[in-house]
Amino acid sequence: MMDMDLAALDKEPKSMLLYNARLVCPFTGRDEGGGILVENGLIAALGPSVTAASSRTIPGADCGGNVVCPGLIDCQVFTGEPGQEHRETLATASRAAAAGGVTTILCMPNTEPVIDDVALVHYMLQAARDSAIVRVYPVAAATKALEGREMTEIGLLKEAGAIAFSNGKRSISNAQVMRHLLAYAKDFDALVMHHTEDRDLADGGAMNEGEVATRLGLQGIPAAAETVVIERDLRLLELTGANYHASALSSAESLGPIADAKKRRLHVTCGVSINNLSFNEFDIGAYRTYYKLKPPLRTENDRRALVEGLSDGAIDVIISSHDPQDADVKRRPFSEAADGAVGLETMLAAALELYHNRSIELIPLLAAMTAKPAKLLGLPGGRLQEGAPADFALFSLELPWRVDAEKLVSRSKNSPFDKRMLQGKVLETYVAGHRVFHHTDR
Amino acid sequence: MSLAVHPSFYFPHRHLLAIEGLAVSDILGLLDLADVEASLMREVVKKRDTLRGRTIINLFFEASTRTQASFELAGKRLGADVMNMPVSTSSMSKGETLIDTAMTLNAMRPDIIVVRHHAAGAVALLSQKVDCSVINAGDGEHEHPTQALLDALTIRRRRGRLQGQIIAICGDILHSRVARSNIRLFSALGARVRVVAPSTLLPSQPERLGVEVFTKMEEGVSGADVVMMLRLQRERMLSRSFMPSQREYFHFFGLDKARLALAKPDALIMHPGPINRGFEIDSSVADDPRSVIQEQVEMGVAVRMAVLQALARHLPNR
Repeated sequence: MMDMDLAALDKEPKSMLLYNARLVCPFTGRDEGGGILVENGLIAALGPSVTAASSRTIPGADCGGNVVCPGLIDCQVFTGEPGQEHRETLATASRAAAAGGVTTILCMPNTEPVIDDVALVHYMLQAARDSAIVRVYPVAAATKALEGREMTEIGLLKEAGAIAFSNGKRSISNAQVMRHLLAYAKDFDALVMHHTEDRDLADGGAMNEGEVATRLGLQGIPAAAETVVIERDLRLLELTGANYHASALSSAESLGPIADAKKRRLHVTCGVSINNLSFNEFDIGAYRTYYKLKPPLRTENDRRALVEGLSDGAIDVIISSHDPQDADVKRRPFSEAADGAVGLETMLAAALELYHNRSIELIPLLAAMTAKPAKLLGLPGGRLQEGAPADFALFSLELPWRVDAEKLVSRSKNSPFDKRMLQGKVLETYVAGHRVFHHTDR
Repeated sequence: MSLAVHPSFYFPHRHLLAIEGLAVSDILGLLDLADVEASLMREVVKKRDTLRGRTIINLFFEASTRTQASFELAGKRLGADVMNMPVSTSSMSKGETLIDTAMTLNAMRPDIIVVRHHAAGAVALLSQKVDCSVINAGDGEHEHPTQALLDALTIRRRRGRLQGQIIAICGDILHSRVARSNIRLFSALGARVRVVAPSTLLPSQPERLGVEVFTKMEEGVSGADVVMMLRLQRERMLSRSFMPSQREYFHFFGLDKARLALAKPDALIMHPGPINRGFEIDSSVADDPRSVIQEQVEMGVAVRMAVLQALARHLPNR
């Protein structure tokens, strides 16, 4: 299924040629037939004039008219490294990413130990260099041990290579700590990514609060658990002026305050998990724990509002929220099971479902996984442009396939898409011109 | 003796509670007087009888070594009887209100009370309840006027004037009464004042005080004539999440040789003390020839002698 001989991303700059492709780049708005010439890991030329004959010395690959877009950038990936390697390592997560056309992943800090110290950021970067086949950026903890009491050494952590700061899956309850965090992060031009769910309101909850939870006899998490945190954070942002990103919205009611804040020119962005765009609370059915997620799946109206928010630009990025959990913690009573679902390998195909059912155009859909996260994070990728890194996803828009969780590359198999038919399949993935994945049933 | 030098100087206030509200002429008069005192202090016989028979009470609700000693010495050199009232060990910490304390002390008929209190405005409140003069030796995060005067005197003796000097005050501006008094005094004398701190240690709307605000140390000290470091209270910093750690603070806001090199070559290094070596200031910088930290202490006594004399015209018990 993939190049298993590729132990880690080859650091040698690579030259190669893709031709007979449909080039789709949300950053430049390009959507046309053509090819891409890569020299030394960067895009040297692209467009209709690049063909099989463009270079005699550089090996070329026929894309068969399939789409080539910038490699996807995923702003929220949980791995088990360090500390929970049986769930996922950086190596296996990076292979899952490659299989999904994802060429850049942000690893969340809620590991064991928590990534709250300079030495641990160094460890993550070293481990990624040694074992990952896609680009890995560590997100550092916003507060020490994620306890929400003392902020971390944001300046030193950023210097060490932390790309952003997050408190993992725990919201920061203390408003004063949040205020100081935002004010301090602003001084260092650091991005704060916040999981917006009030811990007390969500405490003990297993799913969306409402009729379905009532019928199932499960304790609910109200949408207000999300909105109270977002509205508080936006008030604090008004005081501090920091760069703030609400990691994963689940509720329609969260969109209004964020849209207002954007109008007031606060530096605010937000993301949505592919799961909240694809499912609603009914998918839980008979206590199926693969649909137990954080934030929870909510109503169909919420899902539709989120899709609309994505379409009109109110929502900036789509995340896989890839969260590997082993069977031991998933095969439990719903209320006791772990949250989370793997998602790197299915994110693009699941997102294309929104294109196929005409909820959103292709360019804005892909923008939320390429150009927009690149802009948010200040990364040079996420675009098909001369001089940009040669990170690509080559995918068929039409090819149907059935997800088989057992065949997923990820070390954990907790996919809510298991057995589902999806239309659109990643065929090849390139990082810095190196092919890091190719689909073998082609 | 010293007053003979400036027979025309008349300090029009009964108390010294803050820099705010003083006229430039008041400030200059105090500085001129203190300048003379500073010279006299270096002679063999330092003691005079300007305030003979007068009683000064040092009433410190907050522990202090250097300020209290400085006032005590200043009073004694002028011939006054000085009594220290360490509040933490006296009956006044046993539930008595500030105003009751003031009334009690007033009944003892002192001439001057020097007060330090942890609450902003407390010294002014006390001054309304007594017949004597009151000197603010620091009220909460509000003002510390004699510190500002001694800092200005130190700069003026080195530079001749404050007009046009770029003075960078660096560190915990939010909690600093020294910063607030200095901003007012330096600005009044025409200096260009900068404050340099992470946003978490800046008060709200600092620019409204007429200062330039910097959150990067390198930018803040760049081209400065004076770099004044403030002391950080470590307990406060770490427990309430104003700063993540000591090492991060020093890494980004500590004054070391490299940052000092961005200031003017002859920049003065100042610090109200006590210094935390390796926390806000590198040891080698604290001991640098450009450091005037010890001189600040010396000028402190001179300034306090000047203030005591200036208030002497208003003293009660005539």
